[in-house]
Amino acid sequence: MERIPILRMGSLLLVTIQVDMHDRLAMTLQEDLTDRIVKDRAKGVLIDISALDIVDSFIGRMISNTAAMAKILDAKTVVVGMQPAVAITLVELGLALEGVSTALNVERGIAMLAQRE
Amino acid sequence: MKTAESGAVVMPLYSDEDVVRLRKLVREELAALGFGIVDQTKMITAASELARNTLKYGKGGECHLGKLNESPKIGVELVFTDDGPGIEDTALALTDGYTSGGGLGLGLSGAKKLSDEFHLETRLGEGTTVTIRKWKFS
Ligand SMILES: Nc1ncnc2c1ncn2[C@@H]1O[C@H](COP(=O)(O)OP(=O)(O)OP(=O)(O)O)[C@@H](O)[C@H]1O
Ligand SMILES: [Mg+2]
Repeated sequence: MERIPILRMGSLLLVTIQVDMHDRLAMTLQEDLTDRIVKDRAKGVLIDISALDIVDSFIGRMISNTAAMAKILDAKTVVVGMQPAVAITLVELGLALEGVSTALNVERGIAMLAQRE
Repeated sequence: MKTAESGAVVMPLYSDEDVVRLRKLVREELAALGFGIVDQTKMITAASELARNTLKYGKGGECHLGKLNESPKIGVELVFTDDGPGIEDTALALTDGYTSGGGLGLGLSGAKKLSDEFHLETRLGEGTTVTIRKWKFS
């Protein structure tokens, strides 16, 4: 089955979404991330969406849900690299990514998560 | 509402992968017509929401993509049709946050906000057609 790879960097998990995900793939990623937070005892999750052209309500919900699960498991989620047009569209759509922090790029995202420790 | 002028492209919508294909097609068409990146993104996002509704509630259907020319404006029209159950209360369905299927309830209302024109036609037991348009000065 098609899957998005999840990399571990110390206590962080990094996901780089490079394809336009269909809904099942997004669901699988959400489940995989939750599993890995537990297995790897991750303290932070970085989701790099710089290659994503759009975030619609389904992907937005997947990101919020992941962040909510991560929070329960004591990990913090940071979304990095959101394109300006995507941010503008999300606001207009009325989709607030609740519980999700954002950073400009991976380095800043890592710095943000490091602050927490 | 008048229909699209030049020959419309028809995309079937019966699977998750079809939704991804439609997003790609809408991006290509809008880019080719010279729409800016923000307008492209808005329209693709609206298309994605409506395509998912066609799939999830309409039990599949299709999207017709057509070009419009009302000089000095040009535009793109997307028409989503299904022969699903229809929508009983359209005002309710268009309310931000209303969902009958465990979603966020932002799809229909979002598609309306993200497009320049929005038109919903539905008949109980017969199906639903949603039309959206985006314009630009050529
Ligand atoms: N093509 C359709 N056929 C029948 N009912 C529909 C159709 N499209 C939308 N609806 C109804 O309108 C409601 C609102 O749709 P909308 O897209 O706004 O929200 P949603 O699909 O429930 O959630 P979201 O899109 O945020 O995941 C749906 O829950 C459904 O009841
Ligand atoms: Mg919807």
